[in-house]
Amino acid sequence: MTEKPYSNPYLSGFGLGLVLLAAFVVMGRGLGASGAFADAAAATAATVTPDAARANDYFARYLNAGGSPRLDWLVVELIGVTIGGFVSAFFAGRLRRVIEKGPRISNQSRLTLAVAGGAVMGIGAVLARGCTSGQALTGGALLSVGSWLFIIAAFAAAYVAAPLLRRAWT
Amino acid sequence: MSAPFFEYDLFGDGVSLIVALVIGIAFGWFLERSGMGSARKLAGQFYLTDLTVFKVMFTAILTAMLGVFWLGWLGILDVSRVYVPETWILPQLVGGIVFGTGFAMAGLCPGTSCVSAATGRIDGLAVVIGMFAGVLGTGLLFAQLASFYASTSRGTFTLPNLLNVSEGVVVFAIVAIALAGFKVAERLEARAHAPRPT
Repeated sequence: MTEKPYSNPYLSGFGLGLVLLAAFVVMGRGLGASGAFADAAAATAATVTPDAARANDYFARYLNAGGSPRLDWLVVELIGVTIGGFVSAFFAGRLRRVIEKGPRISNQSRLTLAVAGGAVMGIGAVLARGCTSGQALTGGALLSVGSWLFIIAAFAAAYVAAPLLRRAWT
Repeated sequence: MSAPFFEYDLFGDGVSLIVALVIGIAFGWFLERSGMGSARKLAGQFYLTDLTVFKVMFTAILTAMLGVFWLGWLGILDVSRVYVPETWILPQLVGGIVFGTGFAMAGLCPGTSCVSAATGRIDGLAVVIGMFAGVLGTGLLFAQLASFYASTSRGTFTLPNLLNVSEGVVVFAIVAIALAGFKVAERLEARAHAPRPT
């Protein structure tokens, strides 16, 4: 099956906005992604070192009152995201086992950069209490000052870092 | 006024998890449809060759923002019962800077990395693993960060509060800025894809 082109960005952005609006109307909350990673990290800590996880002020908030791992709304939502992404790519013929990168960087360097970039984002998302989903989309639409500060800071930093990373992408 | 439905106890926790799955599937679907599961496409945002990220994100923000504004105005949605992410000035400023740096390195953000991994991209899976490690590591060191994390708290603090104008004025201004931004984005893309002079 040949790959279908991606859909119009304004149209899919409108669809995404309706999904976010549906979350507000049905649940009274927005979307998220990094929060589910925090649940997974807290669950891991609670499994490996239960006492330390319970005593940790950050992990404790992502565990049940007794300190056991919980099935949070955001975890189920993010499982849905992976299913939805897979199904969409399946019907568009876009499922491909590849490493996406620029032509000038090796596979290994790209994967190292991907793990490192993910880890750096993890630090930032903990500090900011959210990521592009929970802060930028959700807080942005609800006009939160902290969320707009996050959007501006994140994009400004990405534009400053981008010239140093040109080799990875172009 | 009967929305948000969950806040008005129209259904319980069990059903809320089914809602989570349905909303997540739709979220992932639109991310993939627009190409946001592709790190190369996302990275184009930072080299001004492909501004899909900006267009998708801001169209989504405008749609949801106007939806909340009008549904609230019509009395259908009790906006006071929708959770607004609270503001912590310094943690969100510094967190945003750190996050944006990682975003440019990874070429994906946390949500889109899951879509990327689900569609077979190995680099997407690597970002998911890195993100998990970053959150776990920061969590383990949280005692050292706790005072910074809790600093400069402003509670629920919105742009209308900050600027001391009505919500309608802020909504109108964001729509106007976004529309101008879309026009600039189209021009930048046209320039990036124009044949180079010989």
